[in-house]
Amino acid sequence: MSDRISVAKTYKLYIGGAFPRSESGRSYPVVDAKGAFLANAAQGSRKDARDAVAAARKAFPGWSGATAYNRGQVLYRVAEVLEGRREQFITEVAASEGVAVKKAQSLVDAAIDRWVWYAGWTDKVATVLGGANPVAGPYFSFSLPEPTGVVAVLAPQQSSLLGLISVVAPVIATGNTAVVVSSQDRPLPAVTLSEVLATSDLPGGVVNVLTGRTAEIAPWLASHADVNALDLTGAPESTRADLERSAAGTVKRVLRARPSEDFTREPDLARLRAFLETKTVWHPMGV
Amino acid sequence: MAAPTTSPSLPPALADAVRDDASLRRFLHGLPGVDQVGVEQRAAGLGTRSIKKASKMWAIDTAISMVDLTTLEGADTHGKVRSLAAKARRPDPERPDVPKVAAVCVYPDMVETAVKELEGTGINIASVATAFPSGRSSLKVKLEDTAYAVDAGATEIDMVIDRGAFLSGRYGQVFDEIVQVKHACGDAHLKVILETGELATYDNVRRASWLGLLAGGDFIKTSTGKVSPAATLPVTHVMLQAVRDWHTQTGEHRGVKPAGGIRTTKDAIKYLVAVHEVAGPEWLTADLFRFGASTLLNDLLMQRRTQLEGHYSGPDYVTVD
Repeated sequence: MSDRISVAKTYKLYIGGAFPRSESGRSYPVVDAKGAFLANAAQGSRKDARDAVAAARKAFPGWSGATAYNRGQVLYRVAEVLEGRREQFITEVAASEGVAVKKAQSLVDAAIDRWVWYAGWTDKVATVLGGANPVAGPYFSFSLPEPTGVVAVLAPQQSSLLGLISVVAPVIATGNTAVVVSSQDRPLPAVTLSEVLATSDLPGGVVNVLTGRTAEIAPWLASHADVNALDLTGAPESTRADLERSAAGTVKRVLRARPSEDFTREPDLARLRAFLETKTVWHPMGV
Repeated sequence: MAAPTTSPSLPPALADAVRDDASLRRFLHGLPGVDQVGVEQRAAGLGTRSIKKASKMWAIDTAISMVDLTTLEGADTHGKVRSLAAKARRPDPERPDVPKVAAVCVYPDMVETAVKELEGTGINIASVATAFPSGRSSLKVKLEDTAYAVDAGATEIDMVIDRGAFLSGRYGQVFDEIVQVKHACGDAHLKVILETGELATYDNVRRASWLGLLAGGDFIKTSTGKVSPAATLPVTHVMLQAVRDWHTQTGEHRGVKPAGGIRTTKDAIKYLVAVHEVAGPEWLTADLFRFGASTLLNDLLMQRRTQLEGHYSGPDYVTVD
């Protein structure tokens, strides 16, 4: 049966735990590194972005209110499901990034390890970034890191899986919810990641994945008044200043893109810290 | 049966309908049946109209001016009613050009507070009465309840019909009750709540609508908001048809108020389209069409800002009820 015609997929968006078509009805062909057709991906519009933000906002109280331990368990479970889809990820990464299977394997393994690494941080970040403050008075003063809210993440354009996981995992590990705009030309690992998230224990709406043209969707997310923070990592160079400017209109926290970030390097706490607010409490001590 | 206090000169067919119990029943059961598939399809079809730009701005402002800003919770306090009144006077403090809402709707014991806050603003004070939301009490208590709200200064009374009596076919009893409550209202407007979620069929909705109109209700209102399903588009279609037919036969304008479950601007605009297409453009005023809602207003304000500012707004930028 070598002449079998394979089933070409037309993927959808991932919003609020469901897989809707784009409101605009558009989709675009995704090709591999050599230009061969892989699948069709949904081309998200501004209204899809709006719906995704609403879903993320709805999911925020539940996710940020869950115990850090519980969030960790959910993320570990996601890692288990990621592991189960390893072969599929390897195929997709190899095709979309045009790397050898060996290299793709190491990228996928690094991505899953990265997810586990961030999952471990959920219940440790408060002790590392917060703590008791020494004060000169009859008070007990302590600081706690709290999630910022709804974070719009523009995922890296080149590193389709490792880069994606490196920007998404730290956002949700600390209790934020995310609206992710995937890599424009290499969206398939992001689509598969959304299938993984939908079939693990992650509540719907905590991560929402939009595929489509980054330059089209990003300005709507940057100016949206109900988005609290913006990660510019995957923003096209020429649009970054404008995005930052419109994000300032509603005083968003903005994470600037580092020039040519290498996601294979060991991560640090920077991305965990980026979308946290510090709450300091002064508690009067009894006599 | 008591005589209705309004419409002294009903056309002969309608005057005959309210002569006695039997003729009322004959009239209500003689109404044409509702084509369920047809009305649902038409409601869905009209719901797909695209209203954009200037028309959308107009629709949003019109919808804001039609809102009966409602708080009907056991946990209501005078403070909550005061803040609701403040919101009714100026829905969006940063934009003084936003129209006022049509009315504030509260329980009878909160009317006094609302009156004090809204004096001279032209905003109506609506109060639910007659053992809201179930309507399960004696007529005496219902009339007392109404008089209490009117004496406190309510300019509109939202009464519930006795669904038990209606469903068991005692139309005369329901009719009498509405007539007497209308009498107790004096100058206050009467809105008759049909609680369509409990009436089961569109035919019943049509009959209850006509019953409310015959008995002198100034408005017919879908629901209390305490029963699910509350207002739906097809049910509102049926009620709008009733007020349109009433107008054709008597020349009088009566109003419709869908309440409960309308939360988004998109929904509100669908209702406005229905009003325009089913009843007619002259119903597109707060005197003849209202939204019973609490969360809808915030969504209307956010959409209004989105239209004006060119980017999406969020709930952090409007007051929380």
